[in-house]
Amino acid sequence: MLSATVKLNNANQPKRTLMKNSINTLFGRTVATTTTLVLALFAARSLAAESEAATKANGAKITDPEVTSTETAVLTQAPNVPPPIKRKLPAKVIVNLEVREVTKTLAEGVEYVFWTFGGEVPGSFIRIREGDQVEFHLNNHQNSKMPHNIDLHAVTGPGGGAASSFTAPGHSSQFSFKALNPGLYVYHCATAPVGMHIGNGMYGLILVEPKAGLPPVDREYYLMQSEFYTTGQYGEEGLQQFDMTKAIDERPPYVVFNGAVGALVGDKALTAKVGEKVRLFVGNGGPNLVSSFHIIGEIFDAVYQEGGTTPSQHNVQTTLIPAGGSAILEFHADVPGTYVIVDHSIFRAFNKGALGMLKVDGLQNQVVYSGKEVDANYLGKAMEAGSENEKKLAKLKAAVAHEIQSNPKIADLNKEIQVQKGRAVYLQACFVCHQPNGLGVPDQIPPLAGSDFLVNPANRERIIRGVLVGQSDEMVVSGKTYKNTMIPLGYLTDEQIANALTYVRNTWGNSADVVTPEEVAKIRKDAPAPVTPGAQYE
Amino acid sequence: MVLFGAVSSGLGQTLPGMVTISAGVHRPLFRAEADPKEIPVKSFRLDVLPVTNGDFLEFVRANPPWQRSRVKHLFADEAYLMNWTSDLDSGTNAPANVPVTQVSWFAAKAYARWKGKRLPTVAEWEYAAAASPTRPDGQNDSEFKRQVLKWYSTLGSAELAAVGSGRTNFWGVYDLHGLVWEWVADFNTAMVTGDARGDMGLDRQLFCGSGAQGAKDVGNFPAFMRYGFRSSLQANYCVPNLGFRCAKDL
Repeated sequence: MLSATVKLNNANQPKRTLMKNSINTLFGRTVATTTTLVLALFAARSLAAESEAATKANGAKITDPEVTSTETAVLTQAPNVPPPIKRKLPAKVIVNLEVREVTKTLAEGVEYVFWTFGGEVPGSFIRIREGDQVEFHLNNHQNSKMPHNIDLHAVTGPGGGAASSFTAPGHSSQFSFKALNPGLYVYHCATAPVGMHIGNGMYGLILVEPKAGLPPVDREYYLMQSEFYTTGQYGEEGLQQFDMTKAIDERPPYVVFNGAVGALVGDKALTAKVGEKVRLFVGNGGPNLVSSFHIIGEIFDAVYQEGGTTPSQHNVQTTLIPAGGSAILEFHADVPGTYVIVDHSIFRAFNKGALGMLKVDGLQNQVVYSGKEVDANYLGKAMEAGSENEKKLAKLKAAVAHEIQSNPKIADLNKEIQVQKGRAVYLQACFVCHQPNGLGVPDQIPPLAGSDFLVNPANRERIIRGVLVGQSDEMVVSGKTYKNTMIPLGYLTDEQIANALTYVRNTWGNSADVVTPEEVAKIRKDAPAPVTPGAQYE
Repeated sequence: MVLFGAVSSGLGQTLPGMVTISAGVHRPLFRAEADPKEIPVKSFRLDVLPVTNGDFLEFVRANPPWQRSRVKHLFADEAYLMNWTSDLDSGTNAPANVPVTQVSWFAAKAYARWKGKRLPTVAEWEYAAAASPTRPDGQNDSEFKRQVLKWYSTLGSAELAAVGSGRTNFWGVYDLHGLVWEWVADFNTAMVTGDARGDMGLDRQLFCGSGAQGAKDVGNFPAFMRYGFRSSLQANYCVPNLGFRCAKDL
């Protein structure tokens, strides 16, 4: 509801009058009559007159004859959603939303000052019912540096509430609206510069349930995609600042779900059980990008496109969610396993952070999904030899690694860092096969958890080479024989491989020394020339 | 609003702690279609430093109606000097050498009168603040712009630094950026309604050109933020991170 016209509302009226008086005072006493002030005075008088007229037209006290009860809205932080509304009649609903500016983690080691509705990104989920009379209180925390306001797309009226809710730090604004249209709506801050307020995290969802309610489901979740424009590139550690140029050019280093890289992975993944019906309320805060929302291995049974109230399409693989828009998605969880949630504009998923997980627990259904039935050798083309520059860089890194290793105090710290960083690599490159819990897949993918093979010093070189160029020889892990092929992951850097291996060798009951980037580099250099695809047919 | 007639300093006298800002032009971010693109700024004097808690303590000692427990809420809201320990003790949360904040426009104006000074206008403040450390107009200095923007990417709750701990700008003035917001005499003339998009609306001929062209420099985010911040205020508001400094005619 981006409005082309803005009428001054009641809340602004006293301010303008006060200002007019102040300016008169200035004229009489201290300040010279400049062009600015003449124009300002003229403007103030005109606007004050306009808003006085508006006050009369609007009338005074708002009463809604339909409303019979009053309640305070329960707000939740993503991925949680407030419970469905059982009421059959409209109510007066009081919403208290606090704006806070907070420093939080954007990615491992990366901090950012977020501007938030409710202390988190995305903002608190608000759930009301069609016909409700909402009394909205926007409270701007006293530690805030900026003034803020809120434009709720669920509001019918100029600015969606923005002008009525403009609030200085340490102050509070109140306005009311009637929820005329049901649907899932984005809300966001609309204070100048709007792009920066949204870009710093100021968005959330408000659900206006239809009078008849939504069909019952077993689980509901709240997800919101958005991008962050940091001065540093993806993964650059430390406190990052907002980068105006990248925002204008629409070149975000980060595209994320629920406000941070990894906000929905590992133990923070969404969960469901086989047989359950799941509903996702998905929003896109932007500020710029449109989302190609997709869950790998799942098909949406129903999509309420653009957050409307009737399913607009069934059997959907990927749905577009516009910036400042939403969608309601429903599906049945039929097969257990980990489902990866992505923006299928796919580099955003694997290189910018737009990746989450849904873990479905329950019994296998072999009819719906068999698991792997046939496995044959087919090694992809592996890494080409590094350029001169890469070799020089590798040498330098090896020298640094050697220095770090020779100091035992640093070496200990280094191991912890490697484990932390390796976890991030694992959750991008390894977990799909070896599973988030490291248990692998029975008879097919060997477990990493409690693996004698992995921590045995005799296997050290084989393990590193296996990651670099793939692995197809038979191996015995914790008493069981595995024959399947592992794909080469040589596209990972030496450091990433060293970190991932240090992580798996020191997690899930494993304990071993660190794997250094230097070792990986050496083995990469000596690695046997991989099979060229199709070569065996020549 | 004349509460105190006493002016402690004589006009024309060289006041310590002020510098002369040479005449120039201010190019406003928002302006009416009929407004000139440039507003001439006459040469004026400006405080080198923001007013500190120590300075303000002297003021409330000399002017008891402006003490916290006695102030009229019409002129200063409930947050007035809330960070002070008591009426006549700024306390450890508000050290003497740190900018005074949580003061209203009325209070700032009364302080300035007591000093024989006044608050700077938007044009004067923006003109003085446009100077980088080395040039009167830092608009094309990307490092200066980056430094200015940096403040907006840090938390407001951080402890305030002492005044004068940074670097002076071209005019020899400290802390126009990076420490606190500052009151100006005509703080509420920018006409930002609160909905930034509406302010650029096509029907707002009064102070916008048309569409997004209503702003002079759509990439000047710090200026947008200052205009936005000022227009969120009312004259009795007392806001953490909002202080002031004084100006004076030559």
